[in-house]
Amino acid sequence: MIDFGSTFKISLRSLYINKMRSILTSLGIIIGVSAVIIMLSIGEGAKERINKDIASMGSNLLMVMSGSTTSSGVRMGSGTQPTLTIKDSEAMLKHCPSVLEVAPTVGQVQQLVYSNQNWSTTVNGITPGYMPIRMWEIESGRGISEDDLKNNTKVAVLGSTVTTNLFGDMDPINKTIRIGGMPFKVIGLLKSKGQNGMGQDQDDTVLIPITTAQKKLFGTDFPGMVKHISVQARDEESLESAQEEITELLRERHNLGKTKEDDFTIRNFTQMLETAKQASNTMAILLGSIASVSLLVGGIGIMNIMLVSVTERTKEIGIRMAIGATAMDIRVQFLVEALLLSLAGGVIGVVVGILGSKIVGLFSDMTVIISAAPILISFGFSGIVGILFGYYPAYKASLLNPIEALRYE
Amino acid sequence: MSLIEIKNLIKTYPTGDTSFNALDNVSLSVEEGEFVAIMGASGSGKSTCMNILGCLDKPTSGTYFLDGIDVSKMSMDELSAIRNLKLGFVFQGFNLISRTSAIENVEMPMIYKGVPPEERIKRAKAALKIVGLEKRETHMPNQMSGGQQQRVAIARAIVNDAPIILADEPTGNLDTKTSIEVMEFFVKLNAVAGKTIILVTHEPDIAEYCKRIVRFKDGKIISDELNAVQKGLDSLDKVNSEGIL
Repeated sequence: MIDFGSTFKISLRSLYINKMRSILTSLGIIIGVSAVIIMLSIGEGAKERINKDIASMGSNLLMVMSGSTTSSGVRMGSGTQPTLTIKDSEAMLKHCPSVLEVAPTVGQVQQLVYSNQNWSTTVNGITPGYMPIRMWEIESGRGISEDDLKNNTKVAVLGSTVTTNLFGDMDPINKTIRIGGMPFKVIGLLKSKGQNGMGQDQDDTVLIPITTAQKKLFGTDFPGMVKHISVQARDEESLESAQEEITELLRERHNLGKTKEDDFTIRNFTQMLETAKQASNTMAILLGSIASVSLLVGGIGIMNIMLVSVTERTKEIGIRMAIGATAMDIRVQFLVEALLLSLAGGVIGVVVGILGSKIVGLFSDMTVIISAAPILISFGFSGIVGILFGYYPAYKASLLNPIEALRYE
Repeated sequence: MSLIEIKNLIKTYPTGDTSFNALDNVSLSVEEGEFVAIMGASGSGKSTCMNILGCLDKPTSGTYFLDGIDVSKMSMDELSAIRNLKLGFVFQGFNLISRTSAIENVEMPMIYKGVPPEERIKRAKAALKIVGLEKRETHMPNQMSGGQQQRVAIARAIVNDAPIILADEPTGNLDTKTSIEVMEFFVKLNAVAGKTIILVTHEPDIAEYCKRIVRFKDGKIISDELNAVQKGLDSLDKVNSEGIL
């Protein structure tokens, strides 16, 4: 048995002699490994993004929206018919055991003005419960309090996009802005949440007390009506029961007979996101599998080239055997050659994969997360591919009869 | 015991229904320091005999003792080690590994022997110097003439200090002038370095350089005699030793 250093050198030399061929053979592995890494990084990024969405939207969240109007057979979509009231939300909190917290909300697009700047955005009338349910945090100042609700105070909490557009670099706290022509004092700023999963800017919002909104700002025809109610269930498991309890309660409160349709819609966002997460997981696995197929094809490429190489170098094998190489020496040499091809492809593939993932992250709006696991897995896989597909040609080489091999032209 | 001793060697190749004896009950012994030519027409069994002597092939029956070791029953891996340590090969087609420099070709037997790299390079350089190619260490086989390639092959055959050199038509691909150079080199190796050389050839001119000529025909040895020139030299030695001159 010869020492490993010499085997390594011999193998490296033979690969170097056929530079172009070696590069092309490794290319299969390079593409396979980098594809696996890029695909899994994108998959990981998608998962992470959904997790962030769940976190920014609030966990275990149900949205109860008022029903759709139907005028002469044309259905207008949910929220067009105000059917929900603050009383409904209070009843939910009281009668539905699976409900932890409720946050009734009204909202309208309004024009905001500060000095010579103006900006149009959705103004949401909320209760103090809204902020924790929807995972809003205060950056500076304070949030909407129960006192604000009681006194219908004209105070506003601004999202960061609104702040930037109205105030630029100035500190907005205690400044007075006009919402729909009415003066509101800015009492707090929201911590930025960025875009949500649908690409909407969540920071483009203004929060004011719900009572102020209903009574003073929005001039609604139906006092006490709300646009939607955010409901937080006790935990993930109680989401479904909360949905059932709310449906039952609202049908009863709205006097809907057995034959009538619901005049409200309940959306389970958490479940939707969980589903999206599963879908993106499945997608990642699918893409990863396709990428591994290319790794497998790369391995077949190695086997192909090694078989050609063994035939081509039959004479060399004969010479080596004549001067003292054992079958094992020959086998190890060719196996190391195959392994070098695949591992070199693996290393370059890892580099290309990381760069590729970075480029994808840079030039598309996809979130890409490069973690160690796919790198290790795909690199390890390239090694396994090398051994798996290198073994047969190496075995074939070692079986050659030295006399016949020497005679080979 | 002789350095090489084969007894009742039979090598049978199956050819369809019948079988063909390439070697038919051959016995031969070669002493250390001999320079033997094996001659014969093609198909006479001389190549089969060489392959067995070179431990590249195993006999169907009979015994082969090499340096006192019975190699006729050894496994292929054991034979690899024997080839590596006891035998040096020189072939008609030079059989250097292409696109591999002269010195790396010469290093090769030592790699399989397990000689450490520094020592390998030292000894390969020395061997190339012996064959007069110290300036061509980094040349590739295709950058060298046939004579030079064959000298690299000879350097490779002697680098492991094998006692026996087996040469299979070593001048078959060379012109007359180079053939003479190579043969003179073999003579020197035999006379100065004391190597035992067995050489297959069908050219009488080449066989003339050897001390002993063994002729094969139809798988049998038909003659085994000292070279005429050698005979003369031997008798001269005898006369010398008797102090007549």
